[in-house]
Amino acid sequence: MQTERQPPMTEPVKTIRIEVLRYRPEQDSEPVVQAYEVPFTDDMSVLQGVQYIKDYLDGTLSFRWSCRMAICGSCGMMIGGVPKLSCQTFLRDYYPAGLRIDPLAHFPIERDLVVNVEDFIRKLEGIKPYIVPKEPRTLEQGEYLQTPGQLEQFLQFSGCINCTLCYSACPQYGLDSKFMGPGVLALLHRYNADSRDGASAERMQLVHAEEGVWGCTAVGYCSEVCPKGVDPANAVNQNKTASAMDYFLRFVTPKAVANKGAANKAGAK
Amino acid sequence: MSARRPYVRSMDGWWRRDPFFVRYMAREATAVFVVAYALVLLVGVLRLSQGEAAFNAWLAALRSPLSVAFHVFLLAIFVYHTWSWFRIMPKTMPLILPDGRRLKPGLITGAGLAAAALLCLAGFAVLMGVKP
Amino acid sequence: MKRSNAPIFWSMFGAGGMLSALIGPLLVFVTGIAVPLGLLLPPDTMNYARMLGFAQNWLGKAFLFAVIALFMWHGVHRIFHSLHDIGIPAGTLAKLACYGFALAGTLAAGYVLIAIGF
Repeated sequence: MQTERQPPMTEPVKTIRIEVLRYRPEQDSEPVVQAYEVPFTDDMSVLQGVQYIKDYLDGTLSFRWSCRMAICGSCGMMIGGVPKLSCQTFLRDYYPAGLRIDPLAHFPIERDLVVNVEDFIRKLEGIKPYIVPKEPRTLEQGEYLQTPGQLEQFLQFSGCINCTLCYSACPQYGLDSKFMGPGVLALLHRYNADSRDGASAERMQLVHAEEGVWGCTAVGYCSEVCPKGVDPANAVNQNKTASAMDYFLRFVTPKAVANKGAANKAGAK
Repeated sequence: MSARRPYVRSMDGWWRRDPFFVRYMAREATAVFVVAYALVLLVGVLRLSQGEAAFNAWLAALRSPLSVAFHVFLLAIFVYHTWSWFRIMPKTMPLILPDGRRLKPGLITGAGLAAAALLCLAGFAVLMGVKP
Repeated sequence: MKRSNAPIFWSMFGAGGMLSALIGPLLVFVTGIAVPLGLLLPPDTMNYARMLGFAQNWLGKAFLFAVIALFMWHGVHRIFHSLHDIGIPAGTLAKLACYGFALAGTLAAGYVLIAIGF
């Protein structure tokens, strides 16, 4: 067993002060800030910074990470009070003042930087996040065909990596977790906008609820922090317009409203 | 026996923690003054219904320095409302056309602000042309 | 999940917000600054005879009613949701107070505008 591990750095390095909100349920009654001096180079991400802490300074620090290239959505943290992916945020940008890392806001803290996202997962499962075919389809019929226009309708919203930064940005979710939240509503829209899908009417029942789009007050911070340019604020708020139109027109011209939706999916001539 | 004891953080003072949220609250606060101005107008039509003397008293009140100062403040609030309204408006529209082309949010905002400016100028021109 | 009736209030919020965004600054400037100070407009632009004529005209009535009512419905909707934002429980009482206030203002405006005559 190694007696002392040395960081594998050869050139002279600067150090940066990283303050982390720690929470160990077995010993802390509430979260407490702990500071570390971390040697770094300009190419190091904040994720690498906390990895350094865990590897060389304090093995008890807990945090989630995986791909370290902003696609898995695991490493979200509050960095300087802003929800960010730690693998995509760089220590050099916080030098020399230092930085403060907190677990993602609006979620219960399990331990250190690990939060409980079960609520998000449950909500996600509830929107049927998969293509529900309009009619039964055989393999012989081949693949679905889509025009580039039809692809554009949902492609942006399919970029969501479930990182939940938007939930940490959304004060309405923070104030009332019954709200479905930006990410789930954006994914709901992704499937509704896909010409291959036939479960729009079913998903709209969730949209029409108070916990659906009507819990949103158009703060817009969700779209600001999204690392993938999904623009959940647009997904949610355009569905307010759709939901309101359906609310008023549903008894008058239900077919017309449904047909308009279908026409948009089919693509303009 | 689980060692889990999830900790829920307080939302107290949430909007003071980030300039983005402060701007949001400022935008929402304009609502108070939109209502205030509606009440000014409501009092105005009420006085109008009560006869010339009552209405002239309302006009005189509008001429007071306090009222003019308040309306200068109201004007700033309304301009901020117009600005923030058209900034957020594109979010309520589908920005992807049926054929896949995109609408630029900036263009929608610009169009809205231009419409507001145009209407204000047109309205003012109409008023200036009103015969005595 | 239960369908929300929010669209009713949101639509009026939207209409009032659009109207106030488009002509609010002009109205405030004219009624509160220009005319009282005689700035760019003659101070008698809003004299009794002229305003009575405006309010007695169907179009004038509609305009005044739309401005007063929609500004109020816009404002109270935002105020109601902001109560929730600043930590005040936004329950049934708060809802009744906010939207009730707008309703009262709307009814008052309607009554007064009809009382002004034609």
